[in-house]
Amino acid sequence: MTAPTVAAASQEELVPGAPPPAPLWFDVWRGIAKENPVLVQMLGMCPTMAVTNTLANGTAMGLATLFVLVGSGLFVSLFRKHIANEVRITSYILIIATFVTLADMILAATFPDISKALGPFIPLIVANCLLLGRAEAFAAKVGPVRAVADGLGMGLGFTVSLMALSALREILGSGSVFGINILGPRFEPWVFFVAPPGGFMALGILLLIKGAIMTRNARRAAEARA
Amino acid sequence: MSNLAWIFTSTLLVNNFTLVMFLGLCSFFGVTAKIETAWRLGLANTFVLLITAVSASFLNAYVLAKTPFLRTIAFIVVIASAVQIVEMAVKKYLPVLFRQLGIYLPLITTNCAILGLALFQTSRKYTWVEGIVFAIGAGLGLTLALSLLASIRERLEVADVPDFARKMGLVLVAASCLSLAFMGFAGMGSG
Repeated sequence: MTAPTVAAASQEELVPGAPPPAPLWFDVWRGIAKENPVLVQMLGMCPTMAVTNTLANGTAMGLATLFVLVGSGLFVSLFRKHIANEVRITSYILIIATFVTLADMILAATFPDISKALGPFIPLIVANCLLLGRAEAFAAKVGPVRAVADGLGMGLGFTVSLMALSALREILGSGSVFGINILGPRFEPWVFFVAPPGGFMALGILLLIKGAIMTRNARRAAEARA
Repeated sequence: MSNLAWIFTSTLLVNNFTLVMFLGLCSFFGVTAKIETAWRLGLANTFVLLITAVSASFLNAYVLAKTPFLRTIAFIVVIASAVQIVEMAVKKYLPVLFRQLGIYLPLITTNCAILGLALFQTSRKYTWVEGIVFAIGAGLGLTLALSLLASIRERLEVADVPDFARKMGLVLVAASCLSLAFMGFAGMGSG
């Protein structure tokens, strides 16, 4: 697939290694589908596995990460001309850590139960390689509007994958969705899926399904051409 | 003494940082294609973990007691500096290793195992001696997990599997089995 050539951001001067100009919707869509952080790039694996045992936890973690991605993307982009190259990683980390502290406090004030269940995994968003990766590869090279669009897309992609994974784990592992039993009393919960090995297995299954679909599509495309 | 021994076995096997607590998964999947790099990165991590544990306990005791909201920011700055020192030392004294680890050496900063260690150490109120033992246990546990997965992946490379399973899917299933095996240690604490 080639990047669309419509230049919505062409007024900005181009930095070496900057992502090619693209319409705003594409900056958002890229994070959700083509470069999905969990299913394609395999970034941010620790929260992906650790908190997806229930749908509520997975959704909260996804939204917290979305908040930090958008906030840090905006500020990294705003300060991109003032940060010296040698100290850029440390500066990005500080910006990210500030937003993570904010997210932690907001979550503790609004949803104390979820905040308690997630525990140290909210402060651990700082160490999510997805954030530093987007700051370095995207936000530091483009204007604030595109940086926010990218943060929004990556955050939504992250949230959607986390919700898919935690829905799979919660339905199979406890027979419920958002804590509401849907499979009836006769369903024997598959405890394996809420335990740690189940996290690896559930994501493995998702990736195998994705691989199978993509291989099939590639074969069909080849047959159609032949 | 038995307390220290328990902290050590607990973090090494029962609550293995990578396989049971899900910390440090980026390097777990990123550098385990070859076993030599895997265990060396594990040892580099152990060293950073040690520095972090000592710094975190001093920060907690003298600086952060009155300003707990700065904890995340303070820890990450300490970790980033520690990684920078390790990177410079490795570059100067072990240039071969420096080239092998490549991008994954600076990326230790964003290894959640390191920040996770500092945060867990704080929430469990470990003393600095317990912190050091905790760090060594965690580091060796990480090295163990990395080496085990790397050995499995070296075999998987030559195995005959369907095309669609060639990439990460199968590695995750292997990691799941490994994690299941470590769940077997869970009974150790209750006896």
